[in-house]
Order: sequence, then structure tokens, then C-alpha cells
Amino acid sequence: MKKLIALLLALALSLTVFAAFAEEDVITLKIAHIGPTTGAAALYGLATQHGAEIAADEINAAGGKYRIELICEDDEHNVEKVINAYNAALDAGAQMILGSTTSKPCEAAGAQGYTDRVFFLTPSASSTAVIEDKDNVFQVCFTDPNQGSASAEYIAAHQLGTKVAVIYNNADVYSTGIRDTFVEKGAELGLEIVSEETFTDETTDFTVQVGKAQEAGAEIVFLPMYYTPASLILKTAADKNYSPIFFGVDGMDGILSVEGFDTSLAEGVMLLTPFVATSEDEKVQNFVAKYQEKFNETPIQFAADAYDGMYILVAAAEKAGITSDMAPEEACDLLIAAMLEIEVEGLTGTMTWDESGAVTKTPMAATIVNGVYVFED
Amino acid sequence: MIFLDHLINGLSLGSIYAIIALGYTMVYGIAKMLNFAHGDVIMIGAYIAFCGLQYWGIPPVLAILLAMVFCTLLGVTIEGFAYRPLRQATSLAVLITAIGMSYLLQNIALMIWGANPNFFPTTFINGSNIRLGTLNISSATLFTIAANVIIMVTLTLFTSRTKLGKAMRCVSEDRGAAELMGINVNRTISLTFAIGSALAAIAGVLLCSSYPILQPTTGSMPGIKAFTAAVFGGIGSIPGAMLGGILLGVIEIFGKAYISTELGDAIVFAVLIIVLLVKPAGLLGKPMREKV
Repeated sequence: MKKLIALLLALALSLTVFAAFAEEDVITLKIAHIGPTTGAAALYGLATQHGAEIAADEINAAGGKYRIELICEDDEHNVEKVINAYNAALDAGAQMILGSTTSKPCEAAGAQGYTDRVFFLTPSASSTAVIEDKDNVFQVCFTDPNQGSASAEYIAAHQLGTKVAVIYNNADVYSTGIRDTFVEKGAELGLEIVSEETFTDETTDFTVQVGKAQEAGAEIVFLPMYYTPASLILKTAADKNYSPIFFGVDGMDGILSVEGFDTSLAEGVMLLTPFVATSEDEKVQNFVAKYQEKFNETPIQFAADAYDGMYILVAAAEKAGITSDMAPEEACDLLIAAMLEIEVEGLTGTMTWDESGAVTKTPMAATIVNGVYVFED
Repeated sequence: MIFLDHLINGLSLGSIYAIIALGYTMVYGIAKMLNFAHGDVIMIGAYIAFCGLQYWGIPPVLAILLAMVFCTLLGVTIEGFAYRPLRQATSLAVLITAIGMSYLLQNIALMIWGANPNFFPTTFINGSNIRLGTLNISSATLFTIAANVIIMVTLTLFTSRTKLGKAMRCVSEDRGAAELMGINVNRTISLTFAIGSALAAIAGVLLCSSYPILQPTTGSMPGIKAFTAAVFGGIGSIPGAMLGGILLGVIEIFGKAYISTELGDAIVFAVLIIVLLVKPAGLLGKPMREKV
């Protein structure tokens, strides 16, 4: 009996030695997800956290060279709390940050990370201020104004029409920023802006703006704005029996969930979006299935951005040669250099980055058909 | 044709301003106070009608009636609790109370219905659009203009022919003398609030039928514009509110269409300043001589 135990012990010992041997080749990346998982913006923070978890599970289960140790911190969509979350993440040993989910907190934490030399990849914080004057912050999503040039590219590439009307909110940087890059890129690509009208946050009457687009014979009406004014524009156009192609950006996302909205008004509306859960793409379906199984809900764009973000971090870490025990300050500059060289194919497109931290990817647009988003291609 | 199109849009917008302005002008004319909460009563009325149509599934006419009844009670309650105790106070105190009431109503709506915009169901009013050549008139527009005319005629008849209406005019002219003649001033003022608030419910439904985004701040901007319209037409005068509202709507649309959408609101207020410089009492206002 003693012999047997001794044998078993010896066997167990040799197994651990063997296992430790294999572990030496495996690199564990400590990645912190920071996002609002409670509070008013929790919808977005939970989505990115869940997306990141699914990617981490996949990477760990695949048994490749990398393992992910995911650290999750809550910033409550608050510019002060995000600094606590960031410090907590570093204390927990984070080497790089996937976050923050929303723009204002990301701007604050990214600036702190710039001083401390910590690498940030935000899945979904889209304002320019997030990456401005900070070499350590990169984005998975388009920077707000770049949605304008991306929309122009999409419209030109898919030959949706050449006569374009633009209606934008001139009291809002999001709207004017997108409008500026759209007009600039549109001119390059031969889109003719036949009418350009403005409104402000208080505007409820769009009869003039829509009337002018109609009078000018616009085939496409570009709407760089949030869905609230957009829904009024769609209603006004329906009253006027005017049915061009309405083309929106990510602010349009959500129009179908407005309480009481007559979805027939949005029929045929196109919007620039990198991810649609109903897409037939195999990778997307795989992701959606796993997400639904684990969290019992359909992933939104934010979840897909974070899922891609996790794979981007692994790709960058591989390129940069990050090791398990590398300090965040050391990893930061290596990762920045690596980001400029990698190309990652994710759910939201094939992505490359430049020094500004902004992403370049092929714009994709969905069309609303029978009250759901459908990809054209 | 596009000119006619703009004109009709202007008339439609102006009619909504006019109905809201009637509420301001009646209360000002009779109670001599600026009820800045009027715009928010409109918003509450629209929400009640929205709930009726969207959640409770009651017929449109009933939903509008329900909104009118609710707003009438709300208006009378506001007057009784917030304004009546201040009847002898300075006008500034009443004004600040009205502004406070406006924020109170907005925040209550925020608590009940949340900040997310709702889309007002417009299908009941948008039966069929009328097409004349290339001209398109939405049924909401026709409905608004018609409602406006009916309301103005009824109100004018009410104030000139009925006993209660005459009492209102008396209170408006001289509150002290009216009281001496046996008119119940408090009741007359309550009645004014009741009528004004019932009109607010109609205005809310019409406003949201044309511009169907409904949120707790829905009433503020139209409220301010309508107040401007009431001053423009001569505050205190019923036909003045009507004229002021319609002119304001037409000027706003034409300003946007032929000058610049960026300057639309600036043009409206510039016209107001010019009119007030030339006619300080407004277009149809009675100039008041201060006796020293």
C-alpha cells in the first residue's frame, strides 16, 4: 500500500513538473476592462465587459500561446470614478487597459495613462478628445468625425446616388464634426451636395430643411445626428411624400427602440454601423450564439467592439513580444509601436491604425427592413 | 409652388403657436400674470393623451378628452395652490413661482416617463394627406388650422356673449371694481386657468401630432415661442394672440426658407423687437396710459 502511495505521489510530482514545463511557454496577459457596469450607462459597460469576457474565454479555451487574465473595474460613467477604477486595475496587476467604454471617462483615464505610460485600447469611446494628444490611446470604433468620411466612401462605393442633401445640428460638435468630414470626402468622391441645412437642439419643425432637400432633388439625405431629430425628419418627409435614401451614422442606432415609434417611417433608412447581430457572417453568428448562451441577450455593437478589442490586444501583444511579468510602463511603448504594424480582422471589419490612434476599416452600413437591421452585402 | 408649401407649413406652425399663445394671453389678460408653466401643462397633456393612445388603447377622441379633463384639474390645482396665495404679492414673486412650477412639472414628468423620448402616435390624425399637384398638405396641418379657427371663434363668443365671459372681461379691466360689483374674482381666475389648461391639452395633442417627439422638455421651446407670439400680437388680446401666433409661424418658416435656417429663430426675435419698438403694446394690444 505504501508503495502504491509513493508511486502515485511520484507520478503526481512528475506531472506537475511536466505541467510547469508547458506553462513556461504560455504567456498570461493581464488585461483590465474598465467601463460603466452600474449607473445610467451600464447598458454599454456591461455590453463591452461581456464581449471582452467571451473573447477571453475563447482565447483561454483555444489553448494557444496566450492566456487572458481579465480584471473588471466599474467606472460608473463618471470622470472621477474612472481614475479609481484605473488605479484599482493597475493595483490588480493590469498590463494594459481595454476601455473605457464611454468617451468622457475614457478621456480622463487615457490622460492619466498618458502620464503613467499605460496602454489603452477603447472599444467604443468615439470622441476625438479620447485620442487627441495621447499616443497611448487607440480606438476600435471610428472616431466621430471619421464617420462622415466613412459614410461618403460607402455612398460612393455602393453608388447609392450622387445628389446629396445634408441636414445637421450646428449646435452640436458630434453633428458638425461628421458633417465636415462628409462634405470634404464627398467632394473628393464626386458627390454633389445639393442642399445643406441646419437646425439646433430646440428645433422641432423640419419642414423647411426637408422641403429644401426635396426641392433640390436630393437622392440621398445624410443625417449626421442622434435619432430624436432624425425621427422628426422621417415623419416630415413622410408627410411630404418624399422618399430619398436616408443615411445616418451611429447616432441613428436606437431609432427603432423609441417608445411608440412607427417603424414604417424608418423603412429603407441606412446607417453606418460595424455590427448587426442578425448578420449571416459565420463569425458574427458564432459570437451572437455564445453571447446569447452566456448572458441570455442579443449583443449590441459595443459588445462586438470589445470582443474585437480583446483580439486586437492579443495581436498587438504578440507583435510587441509582451511577457507575463512585463510592467505596464514597459509594455506601453512596445504596444504603441506594434499597433501601427498589425492588421486585425474582426467582427467589425478589417482594421489598421495610424499614430493618432484612430482606426481605419471598411465602412459597413445596415438598412432597416421590416423594422430590423439588415446588412446590404 | 414651393412658396405655397412654405406658406402652409408656416400657417400650421403658426396655428400651434396661436393655440398655445391663447393660454398665455387669457391668463395674462385676466390674472395679470405670466404663467410660464403653461408650456409644461401642454407637455403633461400630451403625455396623458400619449398614455391613453399607446398604453390604454382608448379611442383618440376619448384620449384627447381625458387629457383636457386632466389638464383642467391640473391648471386649477396649480392656480389654487401656487398662485392664489400670491394674489397680493409683487408680480415678480408670482413670475418666479410660475418658473418654479414649470421646472416642477418637467421634473415630475421626468420621474414618471423618464428622459427617453417617446414617439407620439400620429396615425389617428394622419389619415390621408391632401395632394394638390406637387403640393402636399398633411391632415395634421388641416386639423390644426381648423381647430385653431374653431377655438378662437368660440372663445371670442364666450367672452363677449356669456355672463362668465363678461365677468372675465370685467376682472381683466379692473379687478377691484369687479369685486365691488359682486363678481367672484377668485372663481373667475380659476375658470380662466381651467379654460387655458384645457386649451393646453388640445395644443399638446396638436403639437405632438405635427412634431411627434414627446419628452419632458417638449413644452419649453414652443411655450417660449408662443409667449413671444402673445406679446407680438398684444398680450391680453385674444385676436392678438391668434394673429401673433400665425405671423410668428409664417415669419419663422419664411425666414428659414429664404434667408437662412441658421438664423431662423434670430429673425423671429428681431421682428419682435422691431414691432415692439414701433408698437410697444403689440399689434392689437391696447396702449395703457399710466396715470401719475
